[in-house]
Amino acid sequence: MGRVRLVRGNVACARAAIAAGCRFYAGYPITPSSEIAEEMAALLPKVGGVFVQMEDEIASLAACIGASIGGLLAMTATSGPGFSLMQEHLGFAALAEIPCVVVDVMRLGPSTGLPTAPSQGDVYQARWGTHGDRPSIVLAPASVREVYDLTIRAFQLSERFRTPVILLYDEVVGHMMEPMELPSLEGMGPVRRANPVDLPKDYLPYAADEDGVPPLVSFGSGVRYHITGLIHDESGFPTQDPAKVSSLLRRLHEKISRNLHEIVSVEPFLLEDAEVAVFAYGIVARAAREAVQEARARGMRVGLLRSSVLWPFPEDAVREVARTVRAIVVAEMNLGQMVYEVERAAGGRAEVVGCFQVDGRPISPETILDAVSTLCAHPSPSGKSKGGRLKEGN
Amino acid sequence: MIPDVRTYLRPARMPHILCPGCGHGIVLGALLRAFHRLRLNPDQIALVAGIGCSSRLVGYVDVCTLHTTHGRALAFATGLKLARPELTVVVLTGDGDGLGIGGNHLIHAARRNIDLTCILFNNAVYGMTGGQLAPTTPQEGVASTAPYGNIEPPFDSCKLMMGAGATFVARGLAYEPLALEEMIARGLVHRGFSFIEVITDCPEYYGRYNQLGKGPEMLMSQKRRTMDIMEILATKRFVVRDRPEVRAWNLPYRLGILHEEERPEFSQVCWQMVAGREMV
Ligand code: SF4
Repeated sequence: MGRVRLVRGNVACARAAIAAGCRFYAGYPITPSSEIAEEMAALLPKVGGVFVQMEDEIASLAACIGASIGGLLAMTATSGPGFSLMQEHLGFAALAEIPCVVVDVMRLGPSTGLPTAPSQGDVYQARWGTHGDRPSIVLAPASVREVYDLTIRAFQLSERFRTPVILLYDEVVGHMMEPMELPSLEGMGPVRRANPVDLPKDYLPYAADEDGVPPLVSFGSGVRYHITGLIHDESGFPTQDPAKVSSLLRRLHEKISRNLHEIVSVEPFLLEDAEVAVFAYGIVARAAREAVQEARARGMRVGLLRSSVLWPFPEDAVREVARTVRAIVVAEMNLGQMVYEVERAAGGRAEVVGCFQVDGRPISPETILDAVSTLCAHPSPSGKSKGGRLKEGN
Repeated sequence: MIPDVRTYLRPARMPHILCPGCGHGIVLGALLRAFHRLRLNPDQIALVAGIGCSSRLVGYVDVCTLHTTHGRALAFATGLKLARPELTVVVLTGDGDGLGIGGNHLIHAARRNIDLTCILFNNAVYGMTGGQLAPTTPQEGVASTAPYGNIEPPFDSCKLMMGAGATFVARGLAYEPLALEEMIARGLVHRGFSFIEVITDCPEYYGRYNQLGKGPEMLMSQKRRTMDIMEILATKRFVVRDRPEVRAWNLPYRLGILHEEERPEFSQVCWQMVAGREMV
């Protein structure tokens, strides 16, 4: 174990990736993610891994997928504009079932936007950015420590489900420094993904086991097979057979939806007796926590539901909260993204109110407190909204 | 003796999707004979491709095959080669795939001098999508999106590759499969980025739109305009109807091995840097 020191979010991400066994990084410089690439460039050669700076973000994710097919755990990091360029390859990795980790350190968009300012504007891009239907696993850390832990988690989930996993946090989380004990990387060396042993003679590369995930064999390890971005059958070769097309796309979804318990993670805070709940993620959840504590101090019964996994959406947890509270305030650094999911899950059981901020600054606890106070002071007469138009609370 | 290249194919995948008379199969044959000639172990060959008719060839070859996205095969191949430097990694790409949407990856793969063998099938058109204008369509050539004749100058991909730093650059013809096999074999042996442009034919679209005849006529046309494959200049006029009113094609396209040099190879340099370090 190392000693406690001040660590930057992006540095924690890189260190965790190495600890998780990542031995390949391909990336393209972009604010506010570049420290991850810089750290990986310095660390990877020391642990038997390869760093390469590619010509753009499209190539970066492509190279990661190629390296992953070769047996190395791979990661790339970017921000909004680069993340947009990666969307096609996120779809490729999802369909071809090639594990990789993509970090999007969110900045304010659209377009070049405010490159050095935080935002949570990529929530839907992370879910639906690529064309076609695909499942998505998106983790949203709120602290430097959690960046470390969730980076490791991202690799575990990516390997477990053979799917790209997205680590989504904003510029503040990426750049802030917090004290943490960084586990030492001493003695770490080359790592390769283990190949499945005792493959049957009639091995079909895309035949899944009971939980919907086929075993992954690296290229060059003696098994010759085909990987394609075309819809394919269990043999891996293209098919247009409607039954096989549908069964592949459904399996890709079900390998996630049937294993939600392994992925979804929420953190309830003071919700037991709450009449108003705040739903928040990432850095905003920390402002929300402070707001909740202050509200409690002022006698308001307010709680917080923080989700560190945005997709799959913690639908059950939100539905439960909606059963017990009068209103849910969704605080986010955008003009309303997760709020629609919360509203859908709440299903009219609780009023859902947005607390949005898009001015390039992180939301302050006071802003959330204001939104919460308004609701506590003026409860709606019925106590429930029946799915009316979303209101912005502040 | 010409080996039976069927041993390198996946018979279960037949029949293939190429049109009758398409030149691409000839190029694939040359590649497979080059594999055979070099006695390469199929387990240790990766064939990576993008999108297009030529890229679809990888599905028929019994090696490790990766059919990627449009234009990006070289970027996937770069990751794979870095992860597995011991593999022979060959990239099949078309003129639209490699020079249009994927041009950026092509120049950077050449600049890095990574040990990939890139075979670019130049049929002067987008075949798979129905005969649209390509960055290689000769001026005044007709394409479905250039119904009045192409008004853009075409790329000379070999010049581009030499400028970008490729250490092996060659251009061959589908008409000359044995010379092509030789070129590909030398490209495979070369340590560094090997680029081989192959002039091939799309009778289905380019041939039909420009009244160039079917496969055999188009192949003969390649020969007519090529006196000595390894030395002599050839024009690319073969792909355009022989109309006297058509402006003279003054862009000469050279054939043969056009450039060969030794330069440090990227995957090797990369792993050498790794070897010298450790975590302290
Ligand atoms: S469309 Fe053209 S290039 Fe494609 S297979 Fe047919 S003839 Fe060949």
